[in-house]
Amino acid sequence: MNLIQTIEAENIKALAEKNPVPNFAPGDTLKVKVKVIEGTRERIQAFEGVCIARKASGINSNFTVRKISYGEGVERVFPLYSPRLAGIEVIRRGSVRRAKLYYLRDRRGKSARIVERAMTGNEERDAADHRDALQKVKDAEGKGA
Amino acid sequence: MRSGLIAQKIGMTRLFSADGSHVPVTVLKVDACQVVAVRTKENDGYTALQLGVGTIKVKNVTQAERGHFAKAKVEPKRKLVEFRVSEDAVLDVGAEISVEHFVEGQLVDVTGVTIGKGFAGAMKRWNFGGLRATHGVSVSHRSHGSTGNRQDPGRTFKNKKMAGHMGQEKVTTLNLTVVKTDADRGLIYIKGAVPGSDNGYVTVRDAIKRNQENLPYPAALKEQKNAA
Repeated sequence: MNLIQTIEAENIKALAEKNPVPNFAPGDTLKVKVKVIEGTRERIQAFEGVCIARKASGINSNFTVRKISYGEGVERVFPLYSPRLAGIEVIRRGSVRRAKLYYLRDRRGKSARIVERAMTGNEERDAADHRDALQKVKDAEGKGA
Repeated sequence: MRSGLIAQKIGMTRLFSADGSHVPVTVLKVDACQVVAVRTKENDGYTALQLGVGTIKVKNVTQAERGHFAKAKVEPKRKLVEFRVSEDAVLDVGAEISVEHFVEGQLVDVTGVTIGKGFAGAMKRWNFGGLRATHGVSVSHRSHGSTGNRQDPGRTFKNKKMAGHMGQEKVTTLNLTVVKTDADRGLIYIKGAVPGSDNGYVTVRDAIKRNQENLPYPAALKEQKNAA
């Protein structure tokens, strides 16, 4: 590993400890909680939609979420490790056959559906790990307060 | 005037801050930056420090350079650079400067040799617009167009921007912010880009166009830190 990768791995570890990232893949329906600043106060806004792409690139990793808002397709790209994200929730696992679901952009309604699939054993284990990590963060916050 | 430092450009990454904003940074590594020689007013007519950085196998060092390093009693260095300093900022030969020489938030100038682009056309080298894609233009879509007037003056002026060699020149980027320093690994994080390719050597000095206070004067040394 070169020095840049080492530095990025350390930063990712520190960020993921505070803000655990669940295991998810393109085709999954996500609820992304985003911290929004309105004037002086901060609140959390949810963006719910289908993950249509993931880019794995160390600390620059990101993912794209697509939803239909008032009949208009909306896509948002989130940095995976951004501290502006309050949490990512996997609502539904989808069965898809490619890594980038850009074909969904040309589809509406029935043909834009994604079949739900059951979680694999590995995914269930990851989900349990994620719950533990979230609990840990909560405990740490409790102690701090 | 303080001395600068020689550093190796490692590459770029990003840092997320607590409030969620992110900063693009260039990581520079300072590997055993020591004073190899001192130029004095009496001997040389000017005051400067010659710093060396990096390590090199002894078999790859010329006999003359070996003598130079032996005189200073330092390990052979890969890169030697002189920094002009004021007379009260002169350091001892052999002193090792730490990256804490630069303070978080201070402004620095970074000098490096830019990536060579070879023989480049006027569009790439001078941001010319080129010629049109259609309307009768043939073969010369990326050419620079006219280079002058008519019988008067009857010549192309000197310094006319034309195609030619681009890059691989010494460039200094002024007033870059130091985001943080990592003394254990000898790293300096600088906001934004610096000239040169990855693994190339650059020199970092205090920004000459700013007056900055509370900097370690004459330098932040490694030995000093160990003693404290």
